[in-house]
Amino acid sequence: SGGFQMVSLVSLSEVTEEGVRFRSPYDGDETLLSPEKSVEIQNALGSDIIMQLDDVVSSTVTGPRVEEAMYRSIRWLDRCIAAHQRPDKQNLFAIIQGGLDADLRTTCLEEMTKRDVPGFAIGGLSGGESKGQFWRMVALSTSRLPKDKPRYLMGVGYATDLVVCVALGCDMFDCVFPTRTARFGSALVPTGNLQLKKKQYEKDFRPIDNDCACPTCQKHSRAFLHALLHSDNTAALHHLTVHNIAYQLQLMSAVRASIVEKRFPDFVRDFMGTMYGDPTLCPTWATEALASVGITL
Amino acid sequence: MKLSLTKVVNGCRLGKIKNLGKAGDRTMDIPACLLYTKTGSAPHLTHQTLHTIHGLPAMAQLTLSSLAEHHEVLAEYKEGIGKFIGMPELLLYCSLHDPVSPCPAGYVTNKSVSVWGLGGRVEMTASKFMAIQQALQPDWFQCLSDGEASCEEATSIKRARKSVDRSLLFLDNCLRLQEESEVLQRSAIIGVIEGGDMMEERLRSARETAKRPVGGFLLDGFQGNPATLETRLHLLSSVTAELPEDKPRLICGVSRPDEVLECIERGVDLFESFFPYQVTERGCALTFSFDYQPNPEETLLQQNGIQEEIKYVDQTKKIKTTSCNQEMTSFEINLKEKKYQEDFDPLVRGCSCYCCKNHTRAYIHHLLVTNELLAGVLLMMHNFEHYFGFFHSIREALKSDRLAQLKELIRRQAS
Repeated sequence: SGGFQMVSLVSLSEVTEEGVRFRSPYDGDETLLSPEKSVEIQNALGSDIIMQLDDVVSSTVTGPRVEEAMYRSIRWLDRCIAAHQRPDKQNLFAIIQGGLDADLRTTCLEEMTKRDVPGFAIGGLSGGESKGQFWRMVALSTSRLPKDKPRYLMGVGYATDLVVCVALGCDMFDCVFPTRTARFGSALVPTGNLQLKKKQYEKDFRPIDNDCACPTCQKHSRAFLHALLHSDNTAALHHLTVHNIAYQLQLMSAVRASIVEKRFPDFVRDFMGTMYGDPTLCPTWATEALASVGITL
Repeated sequence: MKLSLTKVVNGCRLGKIKNLGKAGDRTMDIPACLLYTKTGSAPHLTHQTLHTIHGLPAMAQLTLSSLAEHHEVLAEYKEGIGKFIGMPELLLYCSLHDPVSPCPAGYVTNKSVSVWGLGGRVEMTASKFMAIQQALQPDWFQCLSDGEASCEEATSIKRARKSVDRSLLFLDNCLRLQEESEVLQRSAIIGVIEGGDMMEERLRSARETAKRPVGGFLLDGFQGNPATLETRLHLLSSVTAELPEDKPRLICGVSRPDEVLECIERGVDLFESFFPYQVTERGCALTFSFDYQPNPEETLLQQNGIQEEIKYVDQTKKIKTTSCNQEMTSFEINLKEKKYQEDFDPLVRGCSCYCCKNHTRAYIHHLLVTNELLAGVLLMMHNFEHYFGFFHSIREALKSDRLAQLKELIRRQAS
């Protein structure tokens, strides 16, 4: 919707009740993005899911601004609903705000769930907050969102976070991480990641992951990718991007299969074991979050 | 390998090279172009995207400049560069230099030649050179040679003579080393014709090189700006006249459509395909027509100016690009221009490439403006396919004795 840019481009933006005004650093041109304008653009784009314009503050911000943004997001949700021209073709999701404050977030949940939107996103997280605060806000949100509508956690993420947040009741995720890290030469694997530009991979003739079915792993070795990454051929970036996306999709597919087959807790233990060497070596926040829903490592 | 000519028309050779490859079971039509690669990969393209391109050449060009620094790795790998880069299905030719990035002059000695990789200079004596080729195991490779007689503006006869002498010495050394190498028995050395702009030296180079058991010939030193090639065309004819008919003639540094045709008319068989890459790097798409037999309806449309691509362009435009500060040609359109913002036509109407089948000029324009990597991927797919289509049309025109029409069509579109 353009909401996140209020955080990422905070120095180029100004928020008022009307909307958010962005100023171009190249030519000084100003653009006003209002809830109405955001929905209008998304209607033209024709995507299956569109997002409300929310008033987003960085998760490290504290004080009255967080409360202001939360209430304004509710008002903007209503304006988005009113402005939406194609509710039969495009699903408008609300975005729960409230920062890291349980009371504010609860208020937001109570209010937004009164609106009959097809889905809910959990926003305002996945910034610089501590993981301890992060998971508690996710759990709070999922506990108050309807069971029969999708829960979309925005900005997540790393493999561990995905698995834990599925356990906490989230359904959908998005993140730049897998493709961005690919462009920096990092390949995702069940044990973490391989920084393929490093010298240790120069003569490693194995594929990134022996069990991966992606085109990169079918055809190429770490050694070749290492050499290509040290060249100016962008093909290297594409090879890794394809692999990392395949990794993410494979991970979520495995998650789904384990849920359907009623062995999700075992899956989680297995996953953590592979990732951290031993399930008990899993980060504290993740252990706590999983424990809160009855999964012990 | 065996080259058999189907016909020769006005100096143009149409034919087939058979029994190519390690198993001796591959064939290549000529005239043809080689697939341009950087560090063993087509630019911007993974194996999967590369293979969506129709009309892929049978042979790819690798550059020693991008691979020499990986010598140790390849030696340990043992199975050859084709397998290492994931292109076992293509024939491989290894040239010394990258045609797109000319290397600094002054680094050839009587004993060594240097190539310039991204990690810096790699100096090679004949032994080191052959050791690297042993690790690469390409099907063909350009012999170590002195190409610097053509680098400076005015070559002296002395420098031209030295380039020929040195290159012959390197050739004899490399041939001898090849005899001693089990692994290189199935690779063919391509002899390099040097001699700068001195007719005498060029002829000497051609005659002497032809005496050696090389697999084919590389005509070096004809590259430069379009004006340079023109002045060297008569040299080219004289050189190829000295070469045996039954061995392939490659040329380096010549890739523009008009120049390709000039060279084919003077007995050249194989070309590099770096031109579509340069076009891609400046955010442009090849749109020149090679349809020398348009149907009457198309001709009418063209005459009515609906197909704007075949307009005569008065000026060439200089465009700043990442890797090549080259001038844009009239064979292409510049997708960065604002006028393409709402142009929902494909890059070229009727083109069967992935980009033209799925996307519009407006989309490519958008990708370029937002600096997306996908722009390079899609443009490369189109530009390669268009260029390979051009070469196919050359062969078809030769078959049906219509090269004059094709040449006229290309000439009209050259600025």
